[in-house]
Amino acid sequence: MILYLMCFALFLVGLYGLLTKRDLIKIILSSAIMGYSTNLFLVLFGYRRDATYAILTPNNSGQAMVDPLPQALVLTSIVIELGITALLVALAIRLYQKYGTFDITKMRSLKG
Amino acid sequence: MPIESWLIYTLGIMLLGSIVALEIRDILSAIIAIGIVGLAVSAAFLFLQAPDLAIVQFLFEIFALVILVRAFIGKKAHADTLSIHKVYAFLVALALVAFFFLFTPVFRSLPPFGEPLLTTSSHYLTHGPQETGAANIVASIVLDYRAYDTMGEVTVLFTAILGALTVLRMSRQTQKGREPK
Amino acid sequence: MKDSHGMTPIVKTVTRVSVWLILLYGCYIILHGHLTPGGGFAGGVVIALAFLNVMLAYGKSFTAEWLNIRLLKDIEAASITLFLVLGLLGIAFGNAFLANFLGKGEMFSLFSSGTIPLFNIIIGIKVALSLFLVVWVLADIDSAKGGDL
Repeated sequence: MILYLMCFALFLVGLYGLLTKRDLIKIILSSAIMGYSTNLFLVLFGYRRDATYAILTPNNSGQAMVDPLPQALVLTSIVIELGITALLVALAIRLYQKYGTFDITKMRSLKG
Repeated sequence: MPIESWLIYTLGIMLLGSIVALEIRDILSAIIAIGIVGLAVSAAFLFLQAPDLAIVQFLFEIFALVILVRAFIGKKAHADTLSIHKVYAFLVALALVAFFFLFTPVFRSLPPFGEPLLTTSSHYLTHGPQETGAANIVASIVLDYRAYDTMGEVTVLFTAILGALTVLRMSRQTQKGREPK
Repeated sequence: MKDSHGMTPIVKTVTRVSVWLILLYGCYIILHGHLTPGGGFAGGVVIALAFLNVMLAYGKSFTAEWLNIRLLKDIEAASITLFLVLGLLGIAFGNAFLANFLGKGEMFSLFSSGTIPLFNIIIGIKVALSLFLVVWVLADIDSAKGGDL
């Protein structure tokens, strides 16, 4: 259970950064941290004690294997996360060109 | 050494790295720290017997680092003070700690570490190789049993990248339009 | 910016050899996705990193001559359509959308498991090209902006 709790703490660290930081780069990094903790939590959930990886080789046909379903879900989640990061970076660069800063409290005006 | 100790060690590094990444002032150091967190996730996937995910996480982390460094290095105009006012930051931290302790009983009701709820996936494990012919069961789930998910995922990736390209191209056009004035 | 000239001759010479090895490794990971860890996502990123290697070592103008960027954009947009067409063929031959309608083949051989390697190839192309194009446009922005702002 301590592993689950540490994963949750990592998620909360990301949430803290998202709520309190003013720098746009730090906000992007916080969302990345939240994504890591979620992925890791799902894979932790599918681990089976003393089991091998879920790939068949000629040598390990009879052994117990870990749960492959969370791994398949997380595989797609990682890829989407990189797409989201690229989109956020593009938006941050656009905002920087418009306002000349990454500080979100100075991005109040609708017209640059 | 049992796997729990390795994972606790890795998660400790991740917690430390993410706090450093959020609190340090230098932006290159913050990006490097986030890279360490991502590589620790990759190592944790290896400990959890998920080599597929470890490879994918490692490569995507490298690529994300390239994008972040490429985009943000050399731009000096960061926020003068990184956080909001100290009192508010303290209140947010207090609320999150309270949140942590309030939600602790939820994790007690989950099945303990190492004993997953194998219901659907036991079918994949026993029948997957015969039904799809793929030795990699994760690939057989991603691309055969749940290929519809993957199609949605590819669509999301396509849309996100398209959005990024559109935003960047738009900014280049406005720049070109502004220059003659 | 120094962008158009690339890096030193040492880096260029090493890149000239290593890029093909990286591309070969990416193709290996994509084609063996149904047998070993890896697959379309991982192999696609390896190929994108190979292109990125050329772009960083030789500069953008050389890369634009070496690769046909417009063609890459078209292939990137077409690959998702190819995914859909393969899924619709599943309706025609296997009675369900995205069904695995080809022969399963022999276990542990390269040509096995029906449509899974085909989907892996399509996803590999898609991921490689889209990620490379994002970095391409990002680099464009930086060099276009120069020192101002």
